[in-house]
This record gives sequence, C-alpha cells and structure tokens, in this order.
Amino acid sequence: MITIVDYGMGNLNSVKNMLKRIGVPARIASDPASIESAEKLILPGVGAFDPAMRKIRDAGLGEPLRAKAREGKTPILGICLGMQLLTEGSDEGTEPGFGWIPGRTRAFRGRIPDALKIPHMGWNETDLKRSSPLVAGLETGARFYFVHSYYVDCAEAADRVMTTRYGIDFDSVVQRGNIYGAQFHPEKSHRFGMRLLKNFSEIAPC
Amino acid sequence: MLKTRVIPCLLLDGSSLVKTERFRDPKYIGDPANTLRIFNELEVDEIFILDIRAARGEEPRYDILQECVDECFMPLAYGGGIRDLAQAKRLIGMGMEKVVVNSAASRNPSLVRELADHFGSQAVVGSIDVKKKLFGGYEVMIDGGRTGTGRDPVEYALELRRQGAGEILVTSIDREGTWTGFDVPLVKKISESLDVPVIAHGGGGSIADIREAVRSGGASAVALGSMLVFQKKGLGVLVNFPERAELEKALDPGEDAV
Repeated sequence: MITIVDYGMGNLNSVKNMLKRIGVPARIASDPASIESAEKLILPGVGAFDPAMRKIRDAGLGEPLRAKAREGKTPILGICLGMQLLTEGSDEGTEPGFGWIPGRTRAFRGRIPDALKIPHMGWNETDLKRSSPLVAGLETGARFYFVHSYYVDCAEAADRVMTTRYGIDFDSVVQRGNIYGAQFHPEKSHRFGMRLLKNFSEIAPC
Repeated sequence: MLKTRVIPCLLLDGSSLVKTERFRDPKYIGDPANTLRIFNELEVDEIFILDIRAARGEEPRYDILQECVDECFMPLAYGGGIRDLAQAKRLIGMGMEKVVVNSAASRNPSLVRELADHFGSQAVVGSIDVKKKLFGGYEVMIDGGRTGTGRDPVEYALELRRQGAGEILVTSIDREGTWTGFDVPLVKKISESLDVPVIAHGGGGSIADIREAVRSGGASAVALGSMLVFQKKGLGVLVNFPERAELEKALDPGEDAV
C-alpha cells in the first residue's frame, strides 16, 4: 500500500488513478497517524515552495515525515514540487526544505538563455547518471512530462540519477537511500511514468 | 531537448465528439471516452477538449469529462463554458491539468488573473478565436465565433498574458477544419509578441503544415483536429496520430538546439 500525502497542494487523483491502472493499492492521507503507519510514501505537489512547507507544518505532517526519513526504511518519492521540498531550500521562497537531499532548488530565470520559455513545460528526455531501482527499464528512450520554473541542483553527485537538458543540465531524478525524487510528472507520462511508479511500488522497504 | 507538442484538439458537443469546419457543420466523430482511450494508446503528448455547446452558455459536462480524465495518462486541458473559479476548481480537482478560457475571459479579464493566482499560470490557457476581416487585418471573435469583439488578436493576447495566462491557443476560424495549413502569419505575429508558449490551431493537415507553424510561425505547440480524426479530407473517421519518428525528424531543429 502506497500512501499519497495530501497537504492541500496539487492533484492527487491523477497519481492515484495511475496507481490504480497498474494495480498498485494506494490511499490518500492527510493525517499524521497515516504517515506514521505508511509502508511507502508519495509526496506530490504543484504550486509554490513556501506555502507547501507551511501547509505540511500546519497539518502536523512535518514531524512524522521527518521521522520516516530519519529511520531510513520507508521509501519516500517526491514528485515535482514534492521533489524540490526534499532539498535544503529554494530560490522560490525563504522556508527551509526537508534537507534530505543535500543541495538547493534554483530558479531557471537568469540561468538559461532568454529564448527558452519559463516554465519548462512539455515532454523532455533524460540522461542516466547512475542506476537506481526507480528508473529500471527507463535507461534509454524514455520521455516525461515536465512543468516547472525551479529545478533541483544536488550538492552530491552520487545522489544524481538522471539529468535533463533545458538550457542547462538539471537533476530530474534523484535518490539518496530511501529518499527518491522525480521532477517530471510520472502520472502524466504514459507508460514511462507507469514504469517508474511500478518500479517504486516494487522497491522493498530497507 | 524539449519536444514540440502535437496536441489532439477534440470538440465535445453534448455527449459526442464532433468535428466542425470553420466552426460550422459538426460531424459526429465518436464517443469521448473511447476516443480518448485510443489517443492514450497512441501516447500523444497532451489533449485539449473543447466543449462547443458549453461555450454557448451551458455547464461543462463533468460526468463525461471525468470518464475522459480516467482514460488519460497525459496532460489534459478543458475549455468551454468556464466562467468562474468554482468551475475551474472542480475541473482541476477531477484531474484536468489546465483550463482553457475564451468568451468569459474576454468579457471579464480578471477571471484569468483569478485562475492564475489560484492554480498558477501553467494551468491557464487563454484561447483566442480569430477571423480575417473583410478588408484586411484580424478580429477576435467570441461565443463560438458568433460575436465580434472589434479587438486585435495581438493586443488581446498581450492582455491575456498580463492577466496571467501561461499559454495562448490561437485558432483561425477561417482555416479550422479545412486542411489548408495554419494561418502562419497570424501565429507569427502573436508568438513574436509574447514570452509564453503559443499553440497554433486551425487548418493543420500535414506534417509539413506542423513544421511550418513551428519553424516559420514560432509556435511552441500545434493543436490538430481533422487530421487526427479523419482518414483524409472528405473521408471517414479514423483516429490516428503521425509516427513519432517522422514528427521528430520534421520538428527537431538539430545540433544547434539548446
């Protein structure tokens, strides 16, 4: 059973719908107890960094999530903004992130050629930097749907699983122990996204 | 490299999908959810559903749209009859990625601002239906092409952008359903004036047309109707999508691309 964390940002039904299609049991939860009992967590998210961190805090979800991350047994997957929240902080705001992935979330603006539109929106490819159970079978030829104006910049190269090129190379899939992140939306990325979520569902708890 | 999006643009009329020509003469195409299922299997980039009946003042068909969303594992946008935030919340909440606004935004531009503030600009598509004027120039039309606004499309596109639209869908009424190619000069005028993606719509009938809208018109994406639901002009219904390799060959700008 995968627990999708509902903290009031983003569309959870799309993630749940895709998990249903691939036969993976999932529930949407917004209370601390459900997070404490979760076997596997997905942290989705669309929107801005600070409101997301505040909503997580105000709902009392920050501590149980941190406990899960510290314990190191429960696989946690951050999607889009959810991945950015795994970093230490973002150019988009002033709130600290969870900091489970060393590094920061940076703005595209000012770092890519002016001719490239922001947000980075649409289908793009990935370059594999190292293997990870999350991307098994997706090493080549996969494309994913992105919508974002900020990107993750890992401080430690070992955490970098895939990168994507949009003016610069940014980190599109990361992993550090039980913490996983994907900048694109697997739930909107056809069989490629299905494969990634299926992979996540098959990762054994440490 | 970011890929040029090629977007099936499907017209909902009541509980059926239809295809029009110059906004008239709707022909039956098929059942919405079944058609979406086929496009999902064809792994298309994104889908737009525009309800031409709701656009004339009826409520969106949430029941049918929910069935469509459940079939789609790609981004889905909906337009038709969206007049307020509550409707948009319901649509986004059911799993739509974007909402498309047209007539209501023309009458009340602050609607775009309200939607963009709530969902972010990336979720709000400003839709502009454009008709050539008799003695030259273009005019923005609303209410499914039936009401003239007297406004210039570039000036109107800029206003939609200022209000927070994250993309602009430009539909040429004169070309829609005709297979005669996009109105590239129109697309170019608008894309040159804007810093957000412009989606060319109306007239696309071949891969060469798509290429021209992107290369010469500066479109970030193209929306296609007839070409993806008919075998050929004048022939029967056939839901189809060009071979991806063929599209990429036509669209990829090559080594110099960033």
